[in-house]
Amino acid sequence: MREFLAEYGDLLLSGTLKTLAMALIGTCAAYVLGIPLGVLATATAPGSLRPHRGFNMVLGWIINIGRSIPFIILLVALIPFTRLLMGTSIGTTGAIVPLVVAATPFVARMVESSLQEVGGGVVEAALSYGASTGQIITKVMLKEGLPLIIRGASITLITLIGYSAMAGAIGAGGLGDIAVRYGYYRYQDNVMFATIIILIVLVQGIQSAGDLLARVVDKRNR
Amino acid sequence: MIELADLSKTFVVKGVAHTVLDHVNLTVDDGDIFGIIGISGAGKSTLVRCINLLERPTSGSVLIDGVDITGYSGRQLSDLRCRIGMVFQDFNLFAQRTVLENVTFPLEIRKDPRHKREARGRELLELVGLSEKAHSYPAQLSGGQQQRVSIARALANHPSVILCDEATSALDSLTTNSVLKLLRQINQELGVTIVAITHEISVVQKICNKVAIIDDARIVEQGLTAEIISNPQHEVSRRLLGAVSWDA
Ligand SMILES: Nc1ncnc2c1ncn2[C@@H]1O[C@H](COP(=O)(O)OP(=O)(O)OP(=O)(O)O)[C@@H](O)[C@H]1O
Ligand SMILES: [Mg+2]
Repeated sequence: MREFLAEYGDLLLSGTLKTLAMALIGTCAAYVLGIPLGVLATATAPGSLRPHRGFNMVLGWIINIGRSIPFIILLVALIPFTRLLMGTSIGTTGAIVPLVVAATPFVARMVESSLQEVGGGVVEAALSYGASTGQIITKVMLKEGLPLIIRGASITLITLIGYSAMAGAIGAGGLGDIAVRYGYYRYQDNVMFATIIILIVLVQGIQSAGDLLARVVDKRNR
Repeated sequence: MIELADLSKTFVVKGVAHTVLDHVNLTVDDGDIFGIIGISGAGKSTLVRCINLLERPTSGSVLIDGVDITGYSGRQLSDLRCRIGMVFQDFNLFAQRTVLENVTFPLEIRKDPRHKREARGRELLELVGLSEKAHSYPAQLSGGQQQRVSIARALANHPSVILCDEATSALDSLTTNSVLKLLRQINQELGVTIVAITHEISVVQKICNKVAIIDDARIVEQGLTAEIISNPQHEVSRRLLGAVSWDA
């Protein structure tokens, strides 16, 4: 065990950090883009604050298309775009673009369903006190939907850890890269198992932390 | 004063028109506690929601202090809504805000400074008897307490009118009485006009000086509570007022 750690410890640590960095940066960027999209999808839905059938339908299509492309295909298909945007399509930097593109529609739907959960009653109450559309979005929908959005964030982060492992297989670095290089090409099962265990711990940790945070933030359960 | 003049509302659902309010005429004077009673689906909620334009009338007008508001939008509409408080059957409190933050929400919308909001909020919580709950969350309160919070919230902007849509329908009879007493106190001490929607005649008997009976989209009768209760003119009124026959 000690020998194993001495030989592969640094490698596994830097792989873990790379994976986490990719997933975290990807998640943050996906929320920056996905929250406005989710808000737009909610607010333009029929019977909502600013119903707009055409816009809502087109937005829905775009989000669905984004969600229906398997990540591994997105990874390859986006190579030219990634190169254009980041100057490179390989390595951790190159992996961020497909991760964000894959996660944004996912986040948009998650935010949309969180906001829908908020319910018409409180929105109507806010309207009856003269709140504007912008105030209702920030002060009612996003505020009341926050615990659900936090839960969604941990799910997104976990999904992106999985995706970034896939990206690793095409040279993005991180745990996926290590598992493929050592486990698959060099038949070093122990290294591969180590990456699996690290991934399990990461996922469990993020899930628990997310649940805890959502529970602390949510004032409904006290 | 609130006047509904020839007010009609038609919903079109899948190409079929449903007339929910059919040429309604109604006058609520300042200082009234005006009851609107009718069975489920009669159009009570739609009627009261037309008063602050949560629902846009299809035709006819809503006059508030003699001014037709049906054309209002934007700034004008939100200013109007600030002058009309609203209380809902299921309270509609903000679960992620404290009691104090709920009560001061209408002031936050108006961008009042924090210290002013809090002072007003504490004053209102005192009025509804919930001062010690200022920092609790709605989930920690009983139904009756939640409705008191929502009444305090409705009063935040010093409105001249409060609209109550089945304010006591989710409460047991003891709690109902205390909430009704609070509404009457608000009417008497602050001079706030109250429009109270209900399907329970007891609510009308306890606090309303006037009442309108709505049935199937129309007002079938309106006037002083005492007169209508002692001498109902319309079949529907008699049915609503009298003990409803079990076998009917
Ligand atoms: N947005 C809407 N679209 C279509 N129909 C509606 C809409 N709102 C209300 N209605 C219909 O209008 C009728 C009257 O509804 P309303 O809510 O005003 O009744 P109510 O008297 O308040 O009933 P309750 O006592 O059950 O609350 C109902 O038949 C209802 O289905
Ligand atoms: Mg109703």
